[in-house]
Amino acid sequence: MSTQFDIFKILSGDESDADYEKKPVIIQGITGSFGSTHTKMMRSYGTNIAAGVTPGKGGSKLEDVPVFNTMAEAVQASGSAISGIFVPAPFFYEAAKEALDNGIKLIVAIPEHVPIIDSIKVYEYAQKKGARMIGPNTPGVIIPEIMKVGIMPAQPFTRGNTVVFSRSGTLMYEVSFHLSNSGFGQRLGLGIGGDPINGTNLIDSFELIRNRGDVDSVVVVGEIGGDAEEQLAEYIIKTNFSKPVVAYIAGRSAPKEKRMGHAGAIVYGNYGSADSKINNYANANVPVAKSPREVPLLLRTRLRK
Amino acid sequence: MRLLEYQGKELFNQFGIKIPESILAENVEDARSGAQKLGFPFVLKSQLTVGGRGKAGAIQKCKDTSELETKFDELLKKEVKGELPRGILLEKMVDIVKEIYLSIFLNRSKRCFSIIASSEGGVDIEQTDNKIIQDITIDGISDELANTITSNLNIPDKSKESFVNLLLNLFKVVVEKEAELAEINPLAIVSGDSLLALDAKVIIDDNALFRHEDLQKYLYLSDLEKQAAKNGFSFVELEGDIAIIGNGAGLVMSTLDMVSDANGKAGAFLDFGGRATSETIYEALKVISRIPKIKAILVNLYGGIVRTDLVALGILEAYKNNILTVPVYARISGAQSEKAKELLNGSKARLFDTVEEAINAVVLKINNN
Repeated sequence: MSTQFDIFKILSGDESDADYEKKPVIIQGITGSFGSTHTKMMRSYGTNIAAGVTPGKGGSKLEDVPVFNTMAEAVQASGSAISGIFVPAPFFYEAAKEALDNGIKLIVAIPEHVPIIDSIKVYEYAQKKGARMIGPNTPGVIIPEIMKVGIMPAQPFTRGNTVVFSRSGTLMYEVSFHLSNSGFGQRLGLGIGGDPINGTNLIDSFELIRNRGDVDSVVVVGEIGGDAEEQLAEYIIKTNFSKPVVAYIAGRSAPKEKRMGHAGAIVYGNYGSADSKINNYANANVPVAKSPREVPLLLRTRLRK
Repeated sequence: MRLLEYQGKELFNQFGIKIPESILAENVEDARSGAQKLGFPFVLKSQLTVGGRGKAGAIQKCKDTSELETKFDELLKKEVKGELPRGILLEKMVDIVKEIYLSIFLNRSKRCFSIIASSEGGVDIEQTDNKIIQDITIDGISDELANTITSNLNIPDKSKESFVNLLLNLFKVVVEKEAELAEINPLAIVSGDSLLALDAKVIIDDNALFRHEDLQKYLYLSDLEKQAAKNGFSFVELEGDIAIIGNGAGLVMSTLDMVSDANGKAGAFLDFGGRATSETIYEALKVISRIPKIKAILVNLYGGIVRTDLVALGILEAYKNNILTVPVYARISGAQSEKAKELLNGSKARLFDTVEEAINAVVLKINNN
């Protein structure tokens, strides 16, 4: 599925299209304090927020965005295939299922603290429906200077030809900030989320840009826990992924068996340790920066080769 | 949340998985009366959430009263990986015919649950190649899969049915109680062909706890952790003397690494998340100020959604109310950072343009004292 699913197309159409920047987005949970704050910020960034959903608030408006009681109504009114979900974690499963049942093809799942079983169920259901979930616990997805669906601040991101995939929100901002300062603008920034289950994982993310001529390099921001980086390294080797890749991994000095803020950032035994990730990356010829500031320096070296 | 062995066994018991007869003792009086009920010999098992108890000597055989007196006391005081036990389990010894390893765990890369089983029980599963891994969907374990696993493990014919039932029940534990891991190592086939879970390692999905009131009694937090949780912070106490506070788990982890690279020692990890106000940072400083070993605080802020000027106000307030007795080293970038710097100018907090500069200054200060 992942190769046919063009995230650029679904977010913003073909660059030749007249309506390139105008893909409509629905925000579920739009009237909540979190949802409304970020809806305003997304709109001022240029995102076409076409409708919102909050059960019981149908008929009202947020700025001039119409609010509906159900996804069925919102989809019908807006023609949107994208939903940004801003509801609290206990309501996430129902919200996501409703979105998928009404033809949504891309869910950007912002909530933190979603139970794992709910994430698995939504992931499995999205697969069945030919749809994709980003997150949960993601800062979202951004095409710099065009649009964003998520909670990332605008300042760190500039337009360019590298992409940033990140398991951490703030580190995606921090790394993009250093990249931007060094002249490496981003074609796409995608937060895969800090939970153990990601609707779109690192390999899926790489598939999204693998054949794109407008992406010349990849920065992947990881952290301890799980085996996403190990799997990615294997993927890079097996598929001869040809674009230069630079990585960063947070949590090298974290103690074992302690959750470091993110639900997914925990090392059991040697499973998920920074060493294991760094070693696997080395086999795939992916240099790992020691700090966010070092990322653009390594990228410059990789691009010169 | 990792359950203690006895808690995991209580859960197993609820789901029809048999466990050996046992009694939990929190003090030596409990242990004496427990020993009378249970009868010698038995095993003393320190109740810890960290792994490697056996290797650390936190599991001991006990054959009579005099051994009980000495060994019990010794175990109760014995720290393993910095953790003191929350009770000692007295457990009846059993005659083992065969030991098996069995677990159901969240398979992150495959985004499903998987079963691992091995006919070598009692081993460190990472170290053995002799194991079966089978993925399962949330809908359940098919008869066919259960049979495949059973025959692969060479389970004696007489115990096959019990094993299949146990496997299905273990999956019920995972789904109904929302566990990330339910491991039985070893699972013993004992004389009489019945199956007994000799150990239990269960990790419950913290994010699902709101749906499981019955499990909330197992949640064990230190006072500091409670105070942090009440404010919605992610907080981990560490061994060093520099507290690290920031907005975002990744950023704080990254700062931790850089401090460690600069030969500093982090003493606390505190992420106050993306909705910080002056009150949140104030509360964060309050939590940190209760840790006596902390000699300095490093604040690493990347303002985007978080307004750094509000954070600055919180720091000033903490100084004003004498919450802060240790120096603050702050790196503040991003949204409203000019305003934040203006506010903190002339205060006791030291400001830096980059996190590297802040780290160098704090480490120099601490390591020279």
